Amino acid sequence: MDMYDNRTTFAADDDGVVVVIGSGAGGGTLANELAQKGVDVVLLEAGGLHTTDEFIADEWPSFSQLAWTDTRTTTGDWRVARDFPNLPAWICKAVGGTTVHWAGASLRIEPHEFRARSTYGDLAGATLRDWPLSADDLASYYDTAEKKLNVTRTNGLPGLPANNNFKVMHAGATRLGYETCHTGRMAINSVNKDGRNHCMQRGFCFQGCRYAAKWSTLYTEIPAALQTGRVELRTRVHVARIEHDDNDRVTGVVYFDADGRERRQAARVAAVAGNSIETPRLLLNSESSRFPNGLANGSDQVGRNYMRHTTGTVWGVFDKPVEMYKGTTMAGIVQDEARHDPKRGFVGGYEMETISLGLPFMAAFFNPGGWGRGFTEAMEQYRHMAGMWLVGEDMPQADNRVTLSSEARDAFGLPVANVHYTDHANDVAMREHAYTRGAAIYEAAGATRTYRTPPYPSTHNLGTCRMSERAADGVCNGHGQSHELANLFISDGSQFTTSAAENPTLTIVTLAIRQADYIAERMRARAI
Amino acid sequence: MSDHAVSRRAFLRAGGAVLTGTLASTSGVLALIAPSTSWALELEALDAHQAATVLQFTRHVFPHDRLDDAVYALVVKDLDAGAAEDPTTRRMLTDAVRRLDEASGGEWLSRSAAEQFVQVQAMEATPFFAKVHSTAVVSLYDNDMAFAHFGYPGRKGDPGYIHRGFNDLHWLPDPPDGASGPVPETA
Ligand SMILES: Cc1cc2nc3c(=O)[nH]c(=O)nc-3n(C[C@H](O)[C@H](O)[C@H](O)COP(=O)(O)OP(=O)(O)OC[C@H]3O[C@@H](n4cnc5c(N)ncnc54)[C@H](O)[C@@H]3O)c2cc1C
Ligand code: SF4
Repeated sequence: MDMYDNRTTFAADDDGVVVVIGSGAGGGTLANELAQKGVDVVLLEAGGLHTTDEFIADEWPSFSQLAWTDTRTTTGDWRVARDFPNLPAWICKAVGGTTVHWAGASLRIEPHEFRARSTYGDLAGATLRDWPLSADDLASYYDTAEKKLNVTRTNGLPGLPANNNFKVMHAGATRLGYETCHTGRMAINSVNKDGRNHCMQRGFCFQGCRYAAKWSTLYTEIPAALQTGRVELRTRVHVARIEHDDNDRVTGVVYFDADGRERRQAARVAAVAGNSIETPRLLLNSESSRFPNGLANGSDQVGRNYMRHTTGTVWGVFDKPVEMYKGTTMAGIVQDEARHDPKRGFVGGYEMETISLGLPFMAAFFNPGGWGRGFTEAMEQYRHMAGMWLVGEDMPQADNRVTLSSEARDAFGLPVANVHYTDHANDVAMREHAYTRGAAIYEAAGATRTYRTPPYPSTHNLGTCRMSERAADGVCNGHGQSHELANLFISDGSQFTTSAAENPTLTIVTLAIRQADYIAERMRARAI
Repeated sequence: MSDHAVSRRAFLRAGGAVLTGTLASTSGVLALIAPSTSWALELEALDAHQAATVLQFTRHVFPHDRLDDAVYALVVKDLDAGAAEDPTTRRMLTDAVRRLDEASGGEWLSRSAAEQFVQVQAMEATPFFAKVHSTAVVSLYDNDMAFAHFGYPGRKGDPGYIHRGFNDLHWLPDPPDGASGPVPETA
């Protein structure tokens, strides 16, 4: 039997199942964790199944194969709205979700970041809140998640060996006096483990890891879930809406199958993990007479507080070749600026992580819209460039939000998501600081010239159904459970109350593991 | 009429033409991977003059002096294919070429590079410029000839660089063990 064959199927009217929508970091993990506890799960994924042997080591063809390219629209001041008006985010539509494309950086959110409002104070224009949970609540779940992902530099696993791109970062950072600089905590096997190969330093981490060295739900959680015989995976099915009864209980979900036929799956519980743009879109498209503003949206918070991290890229050009594309894409990190230190002119902090792009993506993203000698002189330096990505906490703002487009419709006639984003003054100050420090690192390593690249379409999408202590401030509680419908759960990065500086996926996985415990316990107690 | 001309006319659409060129250098990397030193692009919608004009225009938008015309011809190929599919695109391209020539009081192509560039700049806000730009930023940098020119191995890296120089930079000190990690022995 193939590792992706369903060992079980559930009837459409089987209302004993948990329906999980989306098979990425949140949904794929939740489905497996529930199945391991004996819960029956129907896992619905809009994308198709692409196994490691199908991955393409070529950026554009790979993007066409795996990325979400269905229309979305954009508004707001962010440059993405001008350069990529229909591509606000870089997200996958495939079994495994964006864990197929992700780079693997796996950092815990710091204790003070869970208390963002208390730590940073009241910032004009920002809707900062403390999370309804603490670092202590998550500590043991973080442990489990790090073991699951084989995160390097945890549990006795070695770090990954330094590649050329990291050598440049390390040399510059050390000369500037930065102290926490290493090859990162990566969800990439540094040794053979769990039947998966160690990293072969391919450098196509963003195109899917052919060696399955990098953790993805595609070849870990999902096959493990199917193996239990308790999970049915349905691919190429797009969930259109979630239905409920008069007692505010979810009763099932309606979706379009691969042939465009409308289907319904009954559900005891529904868990939404479509990533922070599709998750609020689905709730907003599920409006009903009881929930006229969208399901679970009595607070009017669904879609609001959209966060994408304060990002940017710095490239350093050197006399001698770097060949940054050789080896892991995120090959190392500088963490000294991740602290909260308002003396720098902003609250929160940022990480500096190496990045590399292949030539095709370099041309597309280096300076979108750029042309002429300035552009081509930079491209000519490609082999001599080192790259780093800056990723820091961005401020939640009520008007940065996902709404339904009033005009654009998808293939099924459903309104598509519009993504509106404008930087907060704190974001602008942080980005400027980060660009300056990033350039200083490369100059210390001997760069003859540095370049700044503006933020890419969002790879980190957060906050659009956030967890909150008070129902009026958010959409779900600290377990991702809707404040209004007890058997509706938010299971992805939409739950984040604030963005924190760290790459989000380890926390998404951690919350999913914890949520599975909670759902199984509530089901046993017949509370849901 | 020669057989050759007849078959060529039968093969190409009415108004079709061929854009040809010769590799500027027979010693560079390109000569190693190109099937022959001369190349020909069969056009579907543009005539040879229009194609040559668009090629030169693209050279102004993305000027890489040592990048061969053969690579820029890939951009023309994509634009020409777009024009063959869509009459609006075709009109946009042919109108732009006519406007360039009119503004030059003859053939824009016969003007000096500096004079040509003035016209390119003047067109920056036009849909034609946007079309050339958005096509070229993909086509120009996403092919084996460009990869060879810029020094990007592309798919050749697919097996992994673990034994092929992922850490071969020696002009800076190596990070200490604590900051790095061991190269797996089984590799
Ligand atoms: C290039 C890149 C690099 C990254 N690197 C890192 C990194 O180093 N570290 C890190 O922490 N994070 C990284 N990320 C981010 C990381 O991938 C995401 O945080 C994570 O995958 C989000 O998990 P998720 O479960 O919310 O959504 P996803 O993993 O995106 O999964 C959502 C799934 O839901 C499906 N879906 C959506 N709507 C529907 C619907 N209506 N019906 C059915 N299915 C639906 C989608 O098709 C998709 O498969 C990176 C992302 C990118 C693009
Ligand atoms: S560099 Fe390592 S993790 Fe990335 S694709 Fe290659 S083998 Fe996989």
